[in-house]
Formats: sequence, structure tokens, C-alpha cells
Amino acid sequence: MNLSPFTIALIGVVGLLGVGFYGLLVSRNLIKVVVCLQILAKAALLALVAAGQAAGQIDLGQSLALTVIVADTIVAVMGIALGVQIRRRTGTLDVRKLSSLKG
Amino acid sequence: MLSLLLIVVAVVFAFQAIRARGLIASALWLAGVSALTALVLYLYGAHQVAVIELSVGTGLVTVLFVLAINIAGDNPMAAGWVVSRPLAIGVSLLFVLVLGWFVLSALPAPAAASPAATVFDEVFWQERGLDVLVQVVLIFSGVLGFLGLLAEAKAPLGGSLAESVTSGRDLELKALEEQLLEGQEPQEPQESQE
Repeated sequence: MNLSPFTIALIGVVGLLGVGFYGLLVSRNLIKVVVCLQILAKAALLALVAAGQAAGQIDLGQSLALTVIVADTIVAVMGIALGVQIRRRTGTLDVRKLSSLKG
Repeated sequence: MLSLLLIVVAVVFAFQAIRARGLIASALWLAGVSALTALVLYLYGAHQVAVIELSVGTGLVTVLFVLAINIAGDNPMAAGWVVSRPLAIGVSLLFVLVLGWFVLSALPAPAAASPAATVFDEVFWQERGLDVLVQVVLIFSGVLGFLGLLAEAKAPLGGSLAESVTSGRDLELKALEEQLLEGQEPQEPQESQE
């Protein structure tokens, strides 16, 4: 079985997306939710670069991937800051205990 | 085949990052995922992005995670899931199967080896100039968010505590003034037990 580099990258993208999605479903800790978002962002990064390489436009892929890295880092910073402030004010990071909008 | 091996290990690391009980362990597994992703990006020819991912994704983000866990505490939670575990596994597997089928069944033919007509600098600074502007705005908002994170670390709840003490003292002074104006003997203020 001869897999092309693009196919290999897509396998990784699907795997990382699946693991990140599973983590979002089962994680109760807010910091761990940010970790899952980071995993999903890595999948997007890999997909952009692989698509750029497959299309023969690796520079465009790199440029878009750089934007994703910046956005991903800012998401991590803001998520972590929110998590720390929520921990200070409520004393917990458990998303089940934080859900105050129950019907 | 090296890229396939790296990608499989990265997926395993990502799964370990979710399974790890401690937050520090989770952050370190995530750093491993970032480092392996950077290696794969380098193998795919994205050298600049690989270096940036290695320094930002593996270095900066991990440091931020460790700092935040240090502030918030790494308390293990009681067992329990947001969604029941079998349901989460089933939905995730369905997601992977459907996405994999859609993506892998519609693979494009590999592009002919076209020479690199552009340079990364040209594409990034000229063709994607708007993206650069958005990145600057994002970095600015991120710095503000990080300052907000550190602001209360220096003086946790200092403002509100000082306000409550001051307002309590004001009330006591006002009561003393009223008693003096009425010509009564001022009483000793009761010390609160708290």
C-alpha cells in the first residue's frame, strides 16, 4: 500500500480532529477544554500545509498556517486567562458546576 | 513513511493529553503534539511555519499553560463525564468515519511538480497583507488578555476586600458621630468575629 504524502497528512488530520472532538465531549476541566481546542487547531494547521503542498502552493499554505498559529495562540491565552479568573471567582474549573443556565 | 510514523505518534500523544489526570501532564503531552506537528510540517516543506510552530506552539503556549496551572492549581476532579463515555466514543468514531470517508474518497490527483513561483515573504507580506493586519489585532488583544490574567495575580481580590473594609469603617464612624451629636456616651464598637 503506497500512500501519498497528502493522504498521510489527511489521515493525521482526521485522527487529530477525532481525538480533539472526543476530548471536547468528555473533558470537564476548563483548562483541558483549551488543550482540546489546541489539538483541533493542530489538525487545521496540518491540513492547510498539506493542501498547500499538494496544490503546489506551499507558500500560500504557510501564510495561512501562520495566521492559524497566531489565532490559535490567542485563543489559548484568552482561554487560560478566563479559566484562571473563573477559578478565582468560583473556586472550581468543573464545567458541570459552572453551568448556571439550567432550565 | 517517517511522516506517517510521526503523525501516528502525534495522534497517540493527543489522546494521552486528554487521558492524563493531571493538568501539567496534559500540557506536556500537548507540547509533544506540537513538536511532532512541527516536525511533520518541516518534512512537508513548510520550514518557516515549522520553526514558528516549534517556538510558539511548543514553547510559549506550554509556558502559559504551566503558569496558569500554577495559579489555578492542579486539583484532580472526581470521576464523571460531561457526556456519557460510550456516547462520546460512538459520536467521535462516527465523526471520524464520516469525515475520513468524505476526505479520503475525494482525494485530488497529485499536483504536477510545479516550481515554486513565489517566495514566502512575497505571499505573506503582499498578497496576504490583510491577514497580517488581523494578526496584529489578535496579538494586541492577546496581550491585553494576558495582562488581565496577571493583574489579579499580583493582588488577588485586593480591591474588593479594601472596599469592604473601608465601607465598614465608614459606617462605624457615622454611627459614632450620630451618637456624639445626640449627646450619648459612645459605645465600644463590637469586633466582628470574622
